[in-house]
Amino acid sequence: MRSFEWLDFVSLALAIRWTILLSVIGMAGGAALGLCIALGRTAKNGILRTLCTLYIRIFQSTPLLMQLFLVYFGISIFGVSVDPLAAASISLVLNAAAFLGDIWRGCIESVPRGQGEAAQALALKSWQRVTLVILPQAFNIAIPPTVVYIVQLIKNTSLASIIGFVELTRTGQIINNATFQPFLVFSLVAAFYFALCWPISWSSKKLERRVARR
Amino acid sequence: MNYSFQFREIWQNWPELLSGVLTTIELSALAMVIGLSIAVACAMFRRTSMQPLHWLTTGYVELIRNTPLLVQGFLIFFGLPWLGLHLKPDVAALIALSLNVGAYTTEIVRAGLDSVSRGQIEAGQALGLTRWQIFLKVELFQALAAVFPAISSQFILLLLASSLMSTIGSTELTGAANDIQSRFFRSFEVYIVATMLYFVMALGFSAIFALIERYLFQARRLSRGAS
Repeated sequence: MRSFEWLDFVSLALAIRWTILLSVIGMAGGAALGLCIALGRTAKNGILRTLCTLYIRIFQSTPLLMQLFLVYFGISIFGVSVDPLAAASISLVLNAAAFLGDIWRGCIESVPRGQGEAAQALALKSWQRVTLVILPQAFNIAIPPTVVYIVQLIKNTSLASIIGFVELTRTGQIINNATFQPFLVFSLVAAFYFALCWPISWSSKKLERRVARR
Repeated sequence: MNYSFQFREIWQNWPELLSGVLTTIELSALAMVIGLSIAVACAMFRRTSMQPLHWLTTGYVELIRNTPLLVQGFLIFFGLPWLGLHLKPDVAALIALSLNVGAYTTEIVRAGLDSVSRGQIEAGQALGLTRWQIFLKVELFQALAAVFPAISSQFILLLLASSLMSTIGSTELTGAANDIQSRFFRSFEVYIVATMLYFVMALGFSAIFALIERYLFQARRLSRGAS
């Protein structure tokens, strides 16, 4: 056992970059897959709609931790050695896609029906109707809830520590094991998360008010 | 892929999983009740004219909402003993979950209270109800009816998040699954079974919430509309 030193503080601060990396991967992948899910969920094709509904339902009704374990241990079934970063990234992307897909479905549906019908009346092709008429209008509605979800995603990256990926939470655990100063170490870890998340939460409130005023 | 799935050890340890399921339900249900009480109390504090209470509740809500539940659990289970307060894993888990869901629900209840129209309160005053009666029977009831769907989806998230409490040694479903996993190394099998159990629990809780909504809130709303 040693005492908590300045260097521990620095390594905690530096560990934030791994938390940010995971968040960026989760958000980028989740946004790409989530958009597909949202479009599939609002498509005319019944089978596609059912599949996307099922995807959202399954991922929203099971714990992220179980999804993480299933990806982590599932990959090793194929005899491939598992990289914790890869397993964490995959499960965060799959999970984020379900939540973003559901949020964005609501945004797409809140675009007035007449807009889609007008596009049809103008003889736009269905992909033009989606990309030129529906999505640009859904985009504005989608910004505030998406920003709220980013905070959720950043907090979710802490689960990667459970399969041994050394990000902010795991670094805190390691330092705690060496110094045995749990209250100090985990308060600091929480403070770093707060510093990361609070500005985003704050801006989402501002955005919500701006959208509400329009 | 030359992996053979084996579920035998999991069925042999079925009682352990089942007791994990019960602990998960117990923890989640208790946390929902305590969390909702915290939320109503905090939403009431926000309506009083005492500034320190406003700061206290805002601080609590913002702190919880902007830090991960996992770290909150570590702080309560590992941090508090360092300050001289020793807690059993399940008790620490219950505190962490209740505080967590309480903060999220506070915001929801507050939005519900804001949605109750002024006329309702004035009608209550005209009927000679006391301030307390107005809050309880007019404002709070209608607020909860308005935001019940949001509260129930928050509660489902809580049920799923309770799996994180396995990291502080709680013997809920994930803890039980981890234990079986460590003894038989049938990782994928045990976690797929646990995942299905969570899925069933989530469906079960959703069904219960739908019933509550139907009989407690919707029935009254309909009768009000009819009269």
